[in-house]
Amino acid sequence: MGDTAISVQGVGKKYLLGEKAENQGTLREALMRTVRSPLAPIRRKLSRGDDGPEEFWALKDVSFEVKKGEVVGIIGRNGAGKSTLLKILSRITEPTEGKIEIHGRVGSLLEVGTGFHPELSGRENIFLNGAILGMHRTEIARKFDEIVAFAEVERFLDTPVRFYSSGMYMRLAFAVAAHLEPEILIIDEVLAVGDSGFQKKCLGKMEDVARHGRSVLFVSHNMQAVARLTSECVVLKGGQVAYDGPTPGGIQCYNDVMGRNAERTGRYQAPGDATGNRVEWIQVNASGGDGLHFWGDELEVEFGLEIVEPNGNLTFSFQICDDQRPVSHFWFGRTEYSMDVRQFSLREGHYRFSCRIPKCRLYSGHYTLTVWLADRRSNQIVETISEVCRFEISMEKQIREEYDWAEGVCLYLEDAEWTGPIPDAAKQ
Amino acid sequence: MESVDQTLMAEDREGHHSESRAVLTIEPSRGWVALRLGEVWAYRELLYFLIWRDIKVRYKQTMLGAAWAVLQPLFTMVVFSIFFGRLAKIPSDGIPYPLFCLTALVPWMFFANGLGQSSNSVVNSANLISKVYFPRLIIPLSSVLGGLVDFAVAFALLGIMMAFYRVSPTVNLLWLPVFLGLTIISALGVGLWMSALNVQYRDVRHVVPFLTQIWMFLTPIAYPSSLLSEKWRLLYSLNPMTGVVEGFRWGMLGASTSPGRMVFVSGLASVLVLISGAFYFRRMEKNFADRV
Repeated sequence: MGDTAISVQGVGKKYLLGEKAENQGTLREALMRTVRSPLAPIRRKLSRGDDGPEEFWALKDVSFEVKKGEVVGIIGRNGAGKSTLLKILSRITEPTEGKIEIHGRVGSLLEVGTGFHPELSGRENIFLNGAILGMHRTEIARKFDEIVAFAEVERFLDTPVRFYSSGMYMRLAFAVAAHLEPEILIIDEVLAVGDSGFQKKCLGKMEDVARHGRSVLFVSHNMQAVARLTSECVVLKGGQVAYDGPTPGGIQCYNDVMGRNAERTGRYQAPGDATGNRVEWIQVNASGGDGLHFWGDELEVEFGLEIVEPNGNLTFSFQICDDQRPVSHFWFGRTEYSMDVRQFSLREGHYRFSCRIPKCRLYSGHYTLTVWLADRRSNQIVETISEVCRFEISMEKQIREEYDWAEGVCLYLEDAEWTGPIPDAAKQ
Repeated sequence: MESVDQTLMAEDREGHHSESRAVLTIEPSRGWVALRLGEVWAYRELLYFLIWRDIKVRYKQTMLGAAWAVLQPLFTMVVFSIFFGRLAKIPSDGIPYPLFCLTALVPWMFFANGLGQSSNSVVNSANLISKVYFPRLIIPLSSVLGGLVDFAVAFALLGIMMAFYRVSPTVNLLWLPVFLGLTIISALGVGLWMSALNVQYRDVRHVVPFLTQIWMFLTPIAYPSSLLSEKWRLLYSLNPMTGVVEGFRWGMLGASTSPGRMVFVSGLASVLVLISGAFYFRRMEKNFADRV
């Protein structure tokens, strides 16, 4: 009991669908309801939910524990109840049932820059935001220089933040939040801010927090960050705990929940009812079959296209994306990147074409395709198909003696030639 | 900018609220809940910063800036003096009419602005409420207290007007803090009710200006309460602002007899509104984040 930081016991949160519509209406509606059927509320109470609003449990019977000094990830797809759980833990909204005990001072970051006022200067916003996050004036004053240095906004301290670029704004906002020093930190996905250099800095700061023996509850979609920062994981599915244990198993469970492993088919088939010029099907021909591709092998992507309205200006491109972002982009058409200058056929009919990537160097992991069909002249997108043809790249065939291939080491492996070592004549 | 730094350096040393090792329990609440004023006190720095932000931002993009704090009561006084004083010849207990109504307008405008601001305060703070925890009572409280600067400016104007009319304040002036306190209590009390109701029924946004207007005529601002017969006066002072306005006139101008009974009744009414408002607000509070 003594080393528990957070204990969540049977927590549930019920929302009434349609409650908003009923209760948030105007006063007139409320009065009219009362005038029309003055006994309705009583009757509703008596008949108990008979024709009351529909219930929806965003969370149901959620229990888990966070030990002191532990970094726990909360993962789950959208709508699994992550944000509701965070809001309850942060005391923004109340649970409908259950009990939570928190031992220690909590700081929660559901957003960076909460309460920032555009008219106030950077300096003023640091104090305002710090106070909102629960810091004391003395504490903020003490850390002020550190915050400013972290955010890299020294020169603009006395400029109203509405003149800040979005990057500067986010950096400043994060800097204040990063200097919060609670015993228990609850963080929503606030890492996804700024450029990659700044993101790295943020991740580093998070690791610092964890290393100082404070408990962290970390909610994220970013499996790499989860894998890197957390030791334990809670996976939520449909408002319930689907997994509670060490992180690797949690990520496995999350992928199962997302249907990722099952979906690793490398195939896309358009729904039958679509009309107009469209992509009918996509096939990733992976070297291992069934959407499993071995690093360094030739990867071929085939596309089926149906032209209904002939158009000489269609352009086609696709991206290979990992879970966070596109990592590679391929054009088809008249571009310097493509040797092929053919435009799409002007005639109606079904067409197939393919893109061959001679040596696919993407690092091990799961990837999807996002496909764009556009009209170049009017600059309009005819069709976007995102996150389809999930496939996996494996390093299985690449033997590395010293280390195993760890997850998330890089995005791709480039061919490189090394020379040496030879004695450095200049330094001898 | 310097001012920020200075206030910081002149920081209260005892400011650290206990780094509680205590256990925080989160459970569903039912019905009426405790006010937890201790927690409001613990968050006083946030209260201070929210007030400071409101004041700082209020006149930021206006052309005349803080001059509005003077112009509003001044112009209202002029209009009232012309229409009620000159044309309608409303009596003013032997005091020059402009001074008579300005003395009432100064606390009234503080009340009306505080009520207006606090009624919308919770809805306008949706971004805070849905992202950060703090005692929600701080929100309407800060918007009422934020009007104190405007009040001080208007009060200075009153001082100048008194000098102009060569009216000197009496020793009754010492009671003024009490009357100011009652104004804050009244504005906050009604503001708590309105701000919580506003989350549920957005009509409140339209009701409040209207309410304020009618309320002004139910308060002895343009006329003295001595126009009413004695037996109605007690009922009349159930309006919390009646006591405040009469108190201000008595304190500043030494007008007529002491308004003791009226102030007492009004004070009682305003305290009642404040307490009920605070409990209602706390009861509704748990739904704020889901509804704003």
